[in-house]
Amino acid sequence: MYDHIIIRYGEISLKGKNRKGFITSLKKRVKQVLSDYNSIEVHQSFDRMVVKLNGANHEPIINKLKTVFGIHSLSVAIKTEHDLDLIKEKALQLVQDQQRGESMTFKVTVRRPFKQFPHRSQDMNRDIGGFVLRNTENLTVDVHNPDMELKVEVKQDGAYLSCNNSEGAGGLPTVQDNKVMLMLSGGIDSPVAGYLTMRRGVKVEAVHFHSPPFTSERSRQKVEDLVKVLTRYGGDIRLHVVPFTNTQKTIQKEMPDNYSMTIMRRMMMRITEKLAEQNNALAIATGESLGQVASQTIQSMNTINEVTNFPVLRPLISMDKLEIMKISRAIDLYDISIRPYEDCCTVFLPEAPKTKPKREHANKFEQYLPVDELVQEAVAGVETIIIKEKDDEFSDLL
Amino acid sequence: MIYLDNSATTKPYKEVLDAYRTVAEDFFANPSSLHRKGGEAERLLRQARKSISELLNVSLSEVVFTSGGTESNNLAIKGVALQYMNRGKHLITTQIEHASSMRSFQQLENMGFEVTYLPVDTNGQISINDLENALTSETTLVSIMHVNNEIGAIQPIKDIGHKIKERSKALFHIDDVQGIGKVPLDFNDVKADLISYSAHKFHGLKGNGLLLKKRSVALFPLLSGGGQENEIRSGTENVPGIVAMAKALRLYFDSATTKKDKLEGWRKKLVGELPKIVGIELNSSGIAAPHIINFSVRGIKPEVLIHTLEEKDIYVSTRSACSSKAAETSHVLTAAGFPVERAKTAIRVSLSYDTTDEQIEIFLSELQKAISKLKHVMR
Repeated sequence: MYDHIIIRYGEISLKGKNRKGFITSLKKRVKQVLSDYNSIEVHQSFDRMVVKLNGANHEPIINKLKTVFGIHSLSVAIKTEHDLDLIKEKALQLVQDQQRGESMTFKVTVRRPFKQFPHRSQDMNRDIGGFVLRNTENLTVDVHNPDMELKVEVKQDGAYLSCNNSEGAGGLPTVQDNKVMLMLSGGIDSPVAGYLTMRRGVKVEAVHFHSPPFTSERSRQKVEDLVKVLTRYGGDIRLHVVPFTNTQKTIQKEMPDNYSMTIMRRMMMRITEKLAEQNNALAIATGESLGQVASQTIQSMNTINEVTNFPVLRPLISMDKLEIMKISRAIDLYDISIRPYEDCCTVFLPEAPKTKPKREHANKFEQYLPVDELVQEAVAGVETIIIKEKDDEFSDLL
Repeated sequence: MIYLDNSATTKPYKEVLDAYRTVAEDFFANPSSLHRKGGEAERLLRQARKSISELLNVSLSEVVFTSGGTESNNLAIKGVALQYMNRGKHLITTQIEHASSMRSFQQLENMGFEVTYLPVDTNGQISINDLENALTSETTLVSIMHVNNEIGAIQPIKDIGHKIKERSKALFHIDDVQGIGKVPLDFNDVKADLISYSAHKFHGLKGNGLLLKKRSVALFPLLSGGGQENEIRSGTENVPGIVAMAKALRLYFDSATTKKDKLEGWRKKLVGELPKIVGIELNSSGIAAPHIINFSVRGIKPEVLIHTLEEKDIYVSTRSACSSKAAETSHVLTAAGFPVERAKTAIRVSLSYDTTDEQIEIFLSELQKAISKLKHVMR
């Protein structure tokens, strides 16, 4: 019965001159996520995009579109010709389908940008509303706070009838040049930080520190699986796996126990900055949340941040753990994040890491550490893989 | 060969057997082992789970792998009854369930549970009114089969689900072993908490099944051990069988989309032609699944008819393969109100998407010949 999906832009519609670029990016992504559906067409106009289904089932398509950043809301729609009786009839079908026999309140909102259509919006409002009411049960009108809003938009190419918006993913469409390096450990926070960074129109590349044999293949697989989930929201993602065993062993041997964590973080930051430079990324994103653990106190951040002058994006900075977990669950990351494998941050964790480290102490200790050599060695050994949005492993067997 | 016993089991697809063999040979490690080979097997298992969850439109954590329909039914029924016995000890089911459900309920009765067996009408359907009257604050589970395995009766499953949720806190389990891919059912739409499936009913292999389970539902595990399947069903995962099941499900759903009309057509043809043969009475009603047609042949022992057809390389069955060895009358037909004589002489024809027009033609003509020959002999 539904033949169209209407996509409404969020913030993009507030943009001035950049607007066109954003809409082009959005359309590109919409087409990308729907590439499995051969029959559909995507049309854009000034204030919205319309997906013409041409017979495809709307439900999986809506679900796909809900992963696209830059979409504020979505609704399924029926398109009819410029004929009031036809509009009424389709309006009734639509309401009945959405009502599913339950008792509900509703209202009709008619807009008529196509003024050649001879009926005024106000008249149509009453006319369509009355027709629907007469032919349904358990439906009453509530113009202020309805359960269901039937929208009728009479446009030049026909009338579009839609009901009940579902929320889109929000944010901004991805612009490929806005690249950020995401430090990804495999815990709960960093992938959520990745998601939120991507949501603001950014392309991320992930950096993971791997210390075999202290961290296992499984923990690396876990990171790959997390990245795979993130690809749903912005396409293929490059993952840089940094060999970190030697750095960690050297820190363990040469640095005082209570500063080893701080210095390890500083090394990670330095290596990530180098990778950012190499890959034309303009910032670094982390999953830090102020005060959550020893490395995330304001003193730690001050000391760790000293080693880079790249902007460090911390989208989770003000969030409580429970809020972060909620997002993690909602976007299917949580079950992967809680797989119990050691990661680079936990494996050498000292008994009592310094919660209030100082820059001058860290600098003093690092005089005894071959910082540049270690960074160079790690960067040189990076293995970069592309995690694809499509092409699942083992697809030939399944 | 004309194989018309697809409700007993289906022939595995060739691609399914190939996948099984490859996995059994190359990915034999235990998915719980920490080494790389274990990791590979675990990844493969995870992909299979993902593929199945996408095909069934459920989330990953809602899929529990089991050894088949019987285990899924046992786990759902006993698992809920035992887990929630402090909330109440009343359970509801119907009089026409599969043996794996029936016997589970009987066991629970012996343990002190009270079970209401809802009657069915001649269409094989329960009444929503009866269900509503049976629900109490002590009821913890309603378990109902979607499509009956003997006569193909379809329950008004959505109305049942909505009524249960509207009137009680009971959990709702559906045995959809026979309905999958033939009579549509959406986990969320019908308000089910648990659904059972069996791989060998959709051209997968015996020894594999599924239980879909809402995240919020806890089950008392029937198999305890290493904690596989989220602690619900311990035992080393049958990776090759599970991969084969994922493959079977995908191929099966493909043919369901392309051959839906064909199946309906064959049913129409059989339902139209069978009653024209002297002595045949249809037992499947108009409200029945497209692939199960049950009829009785007056005065002829079903075993004799089956063996006569088998000489022509045609295979049909008496009733549920799982209880056909017991020489009693069909409890399903009896419950649907058919007289004993008719319940004793029932024959079941069950189709698959791989059935052909020609096979239906041959079956009808051979059946007619067989009946007239037997009538002659027996008289």
